[in-house]
Amino acid sequence: MAGLLSRWHAALAEQSPVAVATVIQGPEGSLGGKILVFPEDHTGTAGNAELDKAVVETARGLLEGGRTETVHLGPRGQRRMEDVAVFIQSFAPPPRMYVFGAIDFASAVARVGKFMGYRVIVCDARAVFATRERFPSADEIVVAWPDEFLKTAEVDGRSVITVLTHDPKFDVPVLKQALGTSAGYIGAMGSRRTHDNRTARLKEEGVTDEQLARISSPIGLDIGARTPEETAIAIAAEIVALRTGHSGGRLAERSGPIHEAAAETSTGGESVR
Amino acid sequence: MNPVIDKVAQWSEEGKMAALATVVKVERSGPLGPGTSMAVSEDGQVVGSVSGGCVEPAVYEEAMTAIEGGEPRLLSYGISDDEAFGVGLTCGGTIHIFVERVDW
Repeated sequence: MAGLLSRWHAALAEQSPVAVATVIQGPEGSLGGKILVFPEDHTGTAGNAELDKAVVETARGLLEGGRTETVHLGPRGQRRMEDVAVFIQSFAPPPRMYVFGAIDFASAVARVGKFMGYRVIVCDARAVFATRERFPSADEIVVAWPDEFLKTAEVDGRSVITVLTHDPKFDVPVLKQALGTSAGYIGAMGSRRTHDNRTARLKEEGVTDEQLARISSPIGLDIGARTPEETAIAIAAEIVALRTGHSGGRLAERSGPIHEAAAETSTGGESVR
Repeated sequence: MNPVIDKVAQWSEEGKMAALATVVKVERSGPLGPGTSMAVSEDGQVVGSVSGGCVEPAVYEEAMTAIEGGEPRLLSYGISDDEAFGVGLTCGGTIHIFVERVDW
């Protein structure tokens, strides 16, 4: 196997981050120039050293956010020039989904999370509930107090945190901890009454209205879900809708394009997406 | 794991040439986003897809041309492209696809 393909393939197999930059428009003979960009090094060329330097720099930034974009540069990597178009595709590790509360609903949420390409981590303080039998599809099962665990867990802007315990003793501390992260989605399960009670407690703990607005509570889109599986679908749909900035609702009752040419990229379990 | 790159790597191990077609831009409405890819081997195997199925036959031909030594090409398919009109993109958008021989 040739060099670039072999390293690209290896990075994907190890789930280590890599961005692939390809010249897709530019001067005669430059098309197809390719650089693999890793957090620490890079290999390949887009044509010349100056252009490579600019591409590598840009690709590292995109890779950090797991973003895929076409960038325009001058033939020697100049910014604010448009002669060369470079398609940069990020292959970042799968985003994480944290599921707190090892109840029946959690099992369905863990399954749908896996289906969507997330790395799913289930956490509950009760060892009898947080078992492999109950969560065969989860990537990790952690027996720990949710807030304690979340203190040391890896969370970034693509991470999803679902709090399904609907017990204030667990909910309130873990939600407070979640608000201190950059998680892209925070959802908390519970009836209207649980929600009101939880909101009051969070406020007592000093959580502001602005912070509260980050929490999807009660969790999920309003599709009339009843079973754990249906509820998991409602939660999954809300996660997607918030990421893409859509409101949910029926396409049949709308007009206009279905897929917007948005800047956001898929979760990419293999996009690593 | 990315099934397309996985397959391309396997073909490479087997000594087969291949071409990679990658969606690099989607205008208005398109079913699959940038980065979606499809690969074709010299013996005609296909993995992945670049649309809902409407432009794959045309991309397949372009991939074969690339394998036979053609230059990398940036292709556009959609309602604004007369040539592609026959191919037809059911969703009514325009997609731009980069096709290249795997020689790196």
